[in-house]
Amino acid sequence: MRTENKAGGRLGPSRGHQIRADIARGATYFFLGLGAVVMLFPFFWMFTSAFKTAQEVAAFPPRWLPQNPQFENFVTVFEKAPFGIYFLNSVMITSASVVGTGLVTILASFAFSRLKFPGRDLLFTLLLSLMMIPFEMLVITNYETIAAWRLIDNRLALFVPFLGSIFYTYILRNFFLSIPDGLYWSARVDGASNWKYLWRIMVPIAKPALTTIILLNAITSWNSFMWPMLVINSTANRTLPLGLYTFMTEGGMNFELLMAASTVVVLPIILLFLIARKQIVGGVARGGIKG
Amino acid sequence: MTSLKKPRYAYRDRPLSRALEPFAYFAPFLAAIAVFTLYPVINVVLMSFKEGYQMLTGRFDQVGVANYAYVLNDRYFMNALQNTAIYVAVVVPLSTVLSILIANLLNRRVKGMALFQTAYFMPMVTSVTAAGLAWKFMFSRDFGVINQILSWFGVGKINWLQAPEWSLWALIIYGVWSILPFTIILMLSGLQNIDETYYTAARVDGAKSGRIFMRITVPMLAPTIGLVLTINTISTSKVFNEIFPLFNGRPGPSYNLYTVVYYIYDQFYVKWKLGRAAAAAMILFVIIFAITMLQQIIQRKWSH
Repeated sequence: MRTENKAGGRLGPSRGHQIRADIARGATYFFLGLGAVVMLFPFFWMFTSAFKTAQEVAAFPPRWLPQNPQFENFVTVFEKAPFGIYFLNSVMITSASVVGTGLVTILASFAFSRLKFPGRDLLFTLLLSLMMIPFEMLVITNYETIAAWRLIDNRLALFVPFLGSIFYTYILRNFFLSIPDGLYWSARVDGASNWKYLWRIMVPIAKPALTTIILLNAITSWNSFMWPMLVINSTANRTLPLGLYTFMTEGGMNFELLMAASTVVVLPIILLFLIARKQIVGGVARGGIKG
Repeated sequence: MTSLKKPRYAYRDRPLSRALEPFAYFAPFLAAIAVFTLYPVINVVLMSFKEGYQMLTGRFDQVGVANYAYVLNDRYFMNALQNTAIYVAVVVPLSTVLSILIANLLNRRVKGMALFQTAYFMPMVTSVTAAGLAWKFMFSRDFGVINQILSWFGVGKINWLQAPEWSLWALIIYGVWSILPFTIILMLSGLQNIDETYYTAARVDGAKSGRIFMRITVPMLAPTIGLVLTINTISTSKVFNEIFPLFNGRPGPSYNLYTVVYYIYDQFYVKWKLGRAAAAAMILFVIIFAITMLQQIIQRKWSH
């Protein structure tokens, strides 16, 4: 974060102040460290337990670290349940959602920011008011719709209902609005169509906002549990969180295997987070809505 | 735009196609919203009044309030309301206070802050199911690390996940952990919007840091706190996914831990009483709406 230091800080050149500043910094580190340990501990426990033996996992007092890291746990997990298929399904559905929802969002944001048509802003305000409806309320009817379309247990059902996102359109439209009008008219004078202008000029400029949308959507799609649980029945169509859950209910409580499987689910998103932390955090902060 | 600015390309476009062009851009979006948001909103209202509604045939016995009467007299729904209320009442204030303190620390300019932020924000991006399984393991009575740590302080083994009186607390602890990152991010961005000059002025006047925190940081953060309270109240009153990894998909060890959304799921997907599920969803919406309005009113009074 590039903001200035606020509450504490360089108080002055004198030695007393310097000591007090050192104590303040030490206290900051101490409490931050303590909290960070608590926040990270479940991941530490997941990753280390993934390499423990069945005996080590069932020991009390618990073993903090595995004596001989059991890489076989991961092999066993992939043998006992088709986590390879789950992984592939998750990758496919997350990609389809990112591309599909992205396209729909880009087109709609362009219409609601740059094109002129009667009732445009009124329509958008009405749509915004729909944003406060919780998805849980819509689930029953959406299930009926998916059933009527014969898409139950079809992977299409996992991203088609989310193609239109009011929240993402809201973010991107606001970004599009901040791009100066003059650019548009000069491009049109040069003979560029709306279509060309959108893809050649607006989309490249809106890269930061688009990145935010793509990241938030990818995380949401990857972690989604409730909706896949409702519409997917067969093993072949399960995504990772759903596969992990059925691995627990059907495969029993072998925690070393469950932790290895959980690691497989969590690791790709953690890597994504480590690469793009600033964009993700910035997007969440600006949107003010849980991803 | 003025007619003067109107570019020359216009002659190529037919008037009708030009008028319809915007529609082509937002049609996919509007279609998706109409089918998967707007129609379901209307339908859930109608469905909640259809008695004996059958999904496959679409038939129902009559229109009335029997679904509401059933839900409001169902002791499992009352249990769900009570659990959800306790969950919201503990998780929201606790996460708010903790996030203010942590955000305040994270806002200081010390080395390695990026590392700390990564640590604090990690739970936000990870699957509720996977993280929930790690917590399930940690909560285990006989070989769980939480009971081990508690034993250092002389606390006996707690049966977190099998004892009905502890199960809600296990859910709450997990809930606070998983909602904190998002809450901290909002608080942090609120802190960064406070004008630096307030702090400079206070320091010039020789104010102590505790006083600065209570007299400047907290009041200036009030709008953010209001936003956080509203968003977190809404999201915690929908607690549902967390139950699945912790309790194997059952609502608590002895069917004692229904939440409102779990009740909706149970009526809908387990019992196939869609009308009752719709009525419960309507009640949830009314409660969320009322709480949001109340918070808005309180906040408006507060800021005047």
